[in-house]
Amino acid sequence: MSTDIWVWIAAILTLGIFSFLYKDNPFYRFCEHLFVGITNGYAITFYWHRILVPSLIKPVSQGEKLYLLIFAFIGALYFTRFIPRLSWLVRIPIAFVLGYGAGAAIPRTIETSIIEQAKATILQRSNFLNLFDAISSIIIFFGVIATIIYFFFSTERKGILKHLAYSGIIFIMLGFGASFGYTVMARISLLIGRLTFLLRDWLGIIK
Amino acid sequence: MKVRFPLILCLLMGIIGMVAYYIPHRIVQNFDNELRNTALRIIFAFSLVLGVGSIIRHHWEKIKRKREFWEYSYVTLISLFLTAFIGLFGGIDGKGLIKMQIGKFSFDIHTIYVNMAIPLGATMFSLLAYFMASAAYRAFRARNFEAILLLIAAFIVMLASVPPVARLIPKLPYISEWILDVPNTAAKRGMLFGITLGVLSTSLKILLGIERGWLGGK
Repeated sequence: MSTDIWVWIAAILTLGIFSFLYKDNPFYRFCEHLFVGITNGYAITFYWHRILVPSLIKPVSQGEKLYLLIFAFIGALYFTRFIPRLSWLVRIPIAFVLGYGAGAAIPRTIETSIIEQAKATILQRSNFLNLFDAISSIIIFFGVIATIIYFFFSTERKGILKHLAYSGIIFIMLGFGASFGYTVMARISLLIGRLTFLLRDWLGIIK
Repeated sequence: MKVRFPLILCLLMGIIGMVAYYIPHRIVQNFDNELRNTALRIIFAFSLVLGVGSIIRHHWEKIKRKREFWEYSYVTLISLFLTAFIGLFGGIDGKGLIKMQIGKFSFDIHTIYVNMAIPLGATMFSLLAYFMASAAYRAFRARNFEAILLLIAAFIVMLASVPPVARLIPKLPYISEWILDVPNTAAKRGMLFGITLGVLSTSLKILLGIERGWLGGK
C-alpha cells in the first residue's frame, strides 16, 4: 500500500466519483464540486503563466511591443460585462475574436473539409493498384455519394434516389456503430487506467 | 454605435482573417501571425473572466439564496480561489513568488493538477463507459436490418480492442480497421460536406451581420 499522501488523495477522489455508481451521494457531490473549482483555478493559472506572462507582461515590461497594451485594453473590456451601463462594450473583444475566427475559418474550411476531402474521394489511377484498395476506394466513393443523397431533401425520393438514400442509411449506421464502439472502448481504457491506479499504485495488489 | 461599431469591427477582422490566407507575402503573413498568435491570444485570455465570473456569480447566488445543495458551492469557490492562488503565486512548476511546500509536503499547481484534477476528470469520463453500456443495452434493439448493422459494427470494433478476443480471432482487428477506414470514412465524409456548408454559411452570416446572437440578439 502506498505511503504517498498524494496517492491517497487521488485514490479517495477516484472512489468518490465511483461512488456515483451506487447512487447520488454527498461524497460524490463534494468531489464533483471540487473538480469544477480545481479545473477553473488551474485554467486561471494556465492562462496567466502560459499566455499573459510570455505574450504580454514580459515583452511590455522590457519595453518591447508596447502596442500589445492596446490588445490588453481591448481584452480588459470583457470586465465591462459586469457593469450594466457599459456592458455593450463587451461586444468589442467578442467582435475581434469572432470576426477573425469566422473570416479565417472560411478559406481553411473550404480547403480542408471540401477540396481535400473531395480529392480523397474521387477515384484516381492510384486507387486501382491492387484489388483490395480498388474495392475500398469504390465503396468510399459510393458511400460518400449515398450519404450526401440521404441528406438531400429537396426532391421526392423516387427511383434511383430512393435506393441511393437507403444505401446512405446503411453507411451511416455502420459509421455510427463504429464510432459508438470506438468511444465506448476509449472510456473503457480510462476505466482500466483508474482501476490500475487503485490496485497497483494505491493498494499494491497487482504489479 | 453600440451595434454598428462591433458589426463593422467583426466584418473588418473577418476580411483580415480571410485575406491573409490568400496573400503569401512576408509582410502580410508576419502581420497575420502576430495578430493570431499574440494579439488575439491576449484578448482571448481575458475571455476567461466571463467564464470564471459567471461560475463565481452562480455559486455565490446559490449560497445567498440557500438553494438545494448550496453547501457544496463553498467547495467550488474555496477550491477555485485556493488553486488560483497556488498557481499564480507558486508558479506553474513550483518556482514562483511563494514556495508551495510545508516540510517535505509539496503542493504546487502541477502536483495538484496531476493528483487531483486528472484523477477526478479521468474517473468522471470512465463512468461514462458504464452509462453508455447500460443506455445502449436499453436502447439498442435489433429491430430491423439497419439496427443490426449498427450493432454488428459496434461489436466488431469493441471486440477487436480486447486483446484475448483479438488473439482468438486474428482477422478481427483487420475487419475493425476496415470498418473504421472504409464505411465509417464514407459516412463521416458525406456528413462532413453538409457540416462544412453549415460552418461556411454561419461564418458568412456572422460577418455580414445577419447572425447577431453574439450581440445579445440586437
